[in-house]
Amino acid sequence: MDNALGEPQTILLLGGTSDIGLAIVREVLSPGARTVVLACRNVEKGELAAAGLRHGGLAVHVVHFNGSDTASHEQVIADVVAQHGDIDLAILAFAQLGDGAVTSKDVQAASEIAHVNFTGTVSATIAVANRMRGQGHGAIVMLSSVAGERVRAANPVYGGTKAGIDGFAQGLGDALAADGVHMMVVRPGFVHSAMTQGLKAAPFSTTPEQVAAVTAKGLRAGRRTVWAPGILRYVFSALRHVPGPVWRRLPLG
Amino acid sequence: MAILTGVSMQNRRPLTGWGRTNATVAEVIEVPNHEVAAAVKEAGPRGALVRGLGRSYGDAAQNAGGLVLRLLGSAHQAVLDPSLATVTVPAGVNLDELLRVLVPRGFFVPVTPGTRFVTIGGAIASDIHGKNHHVEGSFGNHVRALTLLLADGSTVVIGPQQQPELFWATIGGMGLTGVILDATVGLLPIETSRMSVDTTRIPDLDALFSAMSDGDDDFRYSVAWIDPQAKGRHLGRSVLGRGDHARLDQLGPKELLSPLAYGPKQLASVPPLVPPMGVINHATVAAFNEVWYRKAPLHREGELKGIAGFFHPLDMVSRWNRVYGSSGMVQYQFVVPFGEEEAMRTVIERLSVSGAASFLAVLKRFGAGNDSPLSFPAPGWTLALDVPGSARGLADLLHGLDRLVLDAGGRHYFAKDGRTTAAAIRQGYPRLEEWKAVRDSVDPEHVWQSDLSRRLGLTD
Ligand SMILES: Cc1cc2nc3c(=O)[nH]c(=O)nc-3n(C[C@H](O)[C@H](O)[C@H](O)COP(=O)(O)OP(=O)(O)OC[C@H]3O[C@@H](n4cnc5c(N)ncnc54)[C@H](O)[C@@H]3O)c2cc1C
Ligand SMILES: NC(=O)c1ccc[n+]([C@@H]2O[C@H](COP(=O)([O-])OP(=O)(O)OC[C@H]3O[C@@H](n4cnc5c(N)ncnc54)[C@H](OP(=O)(O)O)[C@@H]3O)[C@@H](O)[C@H]2O)c1
Repeated sequence: MDNALGEPQTILLLGGTSDIGLAIVREVLSPGARTVVLACRNVEKGELAAAGLRHGGLAVHVVHFNGSDTASHEQVIADVVAQHGDIDLAILAFAQLGDGAVTSKDVQAASEIAHVNFTGTVSATIAVANRMRGQGHGAIVMLSSVAGERVRAANPVYGGTKAGIDGFAQGLGDALAADGVHMMVVRPGFVHSAMTQGLKAAPFSTTPEQVAAVTAKGLRAGRRTVWAPGILRYVFSALRHVPGPVWRRLPLG
Repeated sequence: MAILTGVSMQNRRPLTGWGRTNATVAEVIEVPNHEVAAAVKEAGPRGALVRGLGRSYGDAAQNAGGLVLRLLGSAHQAVLDPSLATVTVPAGVNLDELLRVLVPRGFFVPVTPGTRFVTIGGAIASDIHGKNHHVEGSFGNHVRALTLLLADGSTVVIGPQQQPELFWATIGGMGLTGVILDATVGLLPIETSRMSVDTTRIPDLDALFSAMSDGDDDFRYSVAWIDPQAKGRHLGRSVLGRGDHARLDQLGPKELLSPLAYGPKQLASVPPLVPPMGVINHATVAAFNEVWYRKAPLHREGELKGIAGFFHPLDMVSRWNRVYGSSGMVQYQFVVPFGEEEAMRTVIERLSVSGAASFLAVLKRFGAGNDSPLSFPAPGWTLALDVPGSARGLADLLHGLDRLVLDAGGRHYFAKDGRTTAAAIRQGYPRLEEWKAVRDSVDPEHVWQSDLSRRLGLTD
């Protein structure tokens, strides 16, 4: 159970090695937290992350989870609940950026990214949401991206999947509210993480820690959408309306 | 009459405690006592719980995803035995209704908390205490017998002499041993409905400790209101209010016309949409506390007051908890044993410099505890205060206070708690395992569950 200060006791990170996801976990950990479950495609890598989190009375477990293998999702979630009880907070942080130049042209590569990022996220989210409906409480953090706010020519497949899950999460969030489940969509800009390693930073670039701080604050305040950094909300409310010819020439990294 | 639909989606609604934090959704139904067993049969894997009037501050009366029962019952079903000074009453009846029946007949409830909007069931399940704890103990001390509906649908009548283990596990058992259907409770005969009250302004904490240690035992009721923002040499400045029920010979001619008149009204209600933190901030609270202290008499004896004015001043404003805005409030109450006055001082010091705006805090000197493994009161000093949930640094502040309290051999009150940890409860309640064993013997499947029980590992 969350406590009266909104501090979760049991946290599930899907994409258990995600830099942003792990930063969020660290940010929301409190003395009342009991269990963290890192759901990872690479369990060995997950164990390294787990070792970094463990302290005091906090139990950190690593389970195998493949975002593309949608048929397994319900079971993975069911096992987590069977072992650790209610999930207070689930963070959906698995995704692949792909190489935009390749995915814009290669059918196979494009559909793989679309499958993990969109179908996989939808499937895992529904599996979590079903549990939380039954629990009558819980929060889901969906890592969307400004890349989905107005999809760019440089990486339409990734951007398209982010636009898709952003809309999906908003709709599902509205449907879940009556069941005591809170969905929060997080829209970061360019974040210095494993995903963007070696890429040129876009304007307003930020860090996983800053995204985590914004996320934790938004959760406490019961927000439905947060941007990281916050200024991007205003930047994108303008960019959304920039005429196409200008948009295409903007130096957005 | 309630239509039993099992755990359908029909009556699903969000519930919070009095602090209005952390809502969770449950199936909520109202049932008369004779339908409770049938309703509980319909409970799914998330179990069932009774809720009284939801005056617990945290998550004690919530059961996320499960069944929550509210008991129907009326004070007119109460059976008063004037010769034994007892009343047998359905557990869903609240003290407000009951006092309206009892006081005109010359009886008073054995223990009342700071609000009369609590049910008999809630009073027993939290083993509540009042201003008379130092002489008369907590509510459970006055329960002669109660009917408990068990997880298997059977009912048992238990008391201090009948199945005492189960009885004491139910006193303070937070609804986790079964549903209390009715109870027989000892009453206090009174001559009048007025209180005779002595009020003294106390300049600091040391003076308060000694005034209470030396003088409390001469009074049935005693409590001090502390200004939690007073610092330095004013730390712990307070107004000590003590008294007893007035005797007939203490009334004036006007009051003698109706010595047992009782009919408190609720005066005002805080509008439902107060802007977040619009009313309460550090400056307004500090100003309020200052005026309140200056207004109190240096010393006054034998003032006549009404029951409501003495015991339930907050009930004059209904739903006052809304002034704390959308992030709600957290109540912090703990007890430390006698001899740990320094721990109490450190707690008050930390609060005073924290900037977490708090209205008056209540300090009380507890007497002996009882046989219940989970009952909160123990000999020592207890402090209770409200803090807005949005106060900066609150989590760290309270976590630090938890340490101080536990290191001093103290503990926290389930009925007020929304944020302490399973580890803190294990340390503060050394008889927890004993309680669990009794509970497991009557509820092996853990049908009775609450958000509090999950959060604090009581039903793991
Ligand atoms: C303004 C204010 C002042 C207060 N002052 C005091 C005080 O001075 N001293 C003090 O001790 N407390 C005080 N309290 C706390 C209050 O007395 C307790 O929380 C009490 O339990 C509330 O009763 P309720 O009927 O609202 O129960 P709820 O809050 O609805 O439930 C409390 C617990 O009782 C259980 N329960 C309720 N009915 C039954 C039943 N029939 N059978 C089994 N279990 C049941 C519930 O499951 C839950 O665990 C105060 C609260 C407020 C809001
Ligand atoms: N970085 C940014 O600029 C940025 C900006 C906006 C939004 N986001 C979003 O934030 C989230 C986290 O990204 P990040 O920056 O933390 O990057 P990251 O460190 O690369 O995290 C991505 C995670 O996804 C996992 N993953 C990839 N494919 C998977 C699969 N098939 N099954 C299971 N897990 C899989 C990765 O596992 P491995 O460790 O095994 O690869 C990794 O844990 C993503 O949703 C991303 O789209 C990122």
